[in-house]
Amino acid sequence: MITREPVYLPPSDTRRAELGRDVLDLVCNCGRALLLLFSAIGCMRFAFQGRSRDRIVEQMFSSGIKSLGVISVVSMFTGMILALQTGIELRKFGQEVNIGAAVMVSLLREMGPFMTALILAASVGSSFAAQMGTMTVSEEIPALELMSIDPVKFLVMPRLIAMAIMTPLLSFYGCILGVIGGGIVGSTQLGVSWVSYIDNAMRFAENKDLYVGLLKAFLFGVIITVVSCHEGFATRQGAVGVGRATRRTVILSFLLILVVGYIVTRLFYI
Amino acid sequence: MIRFENVRKWLGDHWVLEDVSFEIKRGETFFIVGPSGTGKSVTLQHMVRLLTPDAGRVMIDKDCVSTARGRNLERIRTRFGMLFQSGALLEWLTVAENVALPLLELTKMGHEEIDKLVREKLELVGLPDALAKFPAEISGGMRKRAALARAIILKPEIMLYDEPTAGLDPVSARKIDALIADMQVKTGITSVVVTHDLQSALSIGTRIAMLFEGHVVELSTPADFVKSQVAEVREFLDSQYITRRGDWEKNTP
Repeated sequence: MITREPVYLPPSDTRRAELGRDVLDLVCNCGRALLLLFSAIGCMRFAFQGRSRDRIVEQMFSSGIKSLGVISVVSMFTGMILALQTGIELRKFGQEVNIGAAVMVSLLREMGPFMTALILAASVGSSFAAQMGTMTVSEEIPALELMSIDPVKFLVMPRLIAMAIMTPLLSFYGCILGVIGGGIVGSTQLGVSWVSYIDNAMRFAENKDLYVGLLKAFLFGVIITVVSCHEGFATRQGAVGVGRATRRTVILSFLLILVVGYIVTRLFYI
Repeated sequence: MIRFENVRKWLGDHWVLEDVSFEIKRGETFFIVGPSGTGKSVTLQHMVRLLTPDAGRVMIDKDCVSTARGRNLERIRTRFGMLFQSGALLEWLTVAENVALPLLELTKMGHEEIDKLVREKLELVGLPDALAKFPAEISGGMRKRAALARAIILKPEIMLYDEPTAGLDPVSARKIDALIADMQVKTGITSVVVTHDLQSALSIGTRIAMLFEGHVVELSTPADFVKSQVAEVREFLDSQYITRRGDWEKNTP
């Protein structure tokens, strides 16, 4: 049951009580978000039944394909900046040929999934939260529940699958564009030929870098969807509440992306 | 059919419902009236467990909806249709898609059959030309009628109406009244209507309950309701220019 009763608590007397309440609230929210994730995973058995498949494709288009433009620009410039910054320093030691490795490895391992996730959290995550929030305050979610249409199956599951598929794909696409951007800077401003740039990049990058990057992107996609849908469903107080849910979604997603990114790197590289 | 047994509900900093008990019989058009903030919508939400009582219980025939969970709650809810105050249509679907939604999601009907039923229901509520329109493109009254078509498409036993005439012009309001009365006559459906609109309640209601500060202060037929001596009821009647002297003439649309 997604529709929740409003919870009213008396004002806290002391700062310690207030802190305790905030901690309790945080734990409850984490628990609800996890339950939402498990319910959505449970609904995946319906993913290829009836209209669910259409809804997944629709979400893949609106959250993935429509983000291609901004991801292309950001990834290209990220690769260019990386190549320029490392190239300037490496040139001091006559090692500018190694920019290929620097750009490729940093994009695959970290920057590709990270940049993609930040863009998706700000654009797609916020739009998910705003949509769910508006639906909650305009009684559309209770209406679905009363019609015995499960909002998790109807709204969350297609978004979760779409984001879990599209985020790694977009991340990989971003890495390719970033490497091309780095190559352009290398060949035009640092005097590194395309052949030696690509050769150097391929020599140092490992398959593991690609897999770990894709795993991170997958986890980031799941995080963005769960956070945004949970915040949307928890929306109260009309338009102000929708704004608050959107803002919280972006902030929480950014924080979780950073923390989970660090944990995955720590697990696979140390 | 629907029985409230000593229901109490605390919201915010006060009791919204205090020891509320009444029973709604099968086939009735039961109105719950009262000033704003007296717990009318809260009462309605208890019937489908959008809210849970802090004390007491709500029975739907032999099922206790207040404690029902999972599949059992889903089963009880399938007996209900509800018209929300805002209509609660999904904004990204057309009117026809909104009305068809329960059939598409919950039944295995073919597209032709669904299409036929959707047209039939939209015609019933007087919206045969709004099929391809989006909710944002139609008026408030039309949204409510479209929402009504969606609510009745699965042929519920009980219809709940949350302020069905709020925000509508008098002509549209009377059209909604006529639809509610018409459905009761044609299908024998049980209707529970929450409203401020005494014109509606007195015209098409079989019984009226008035809530005031969390209590049922009057529960009677429309004829007796206008003659009530309860101070809160008199004040409410006077506020809508319905006087004790002239007997209310039942005017079923």
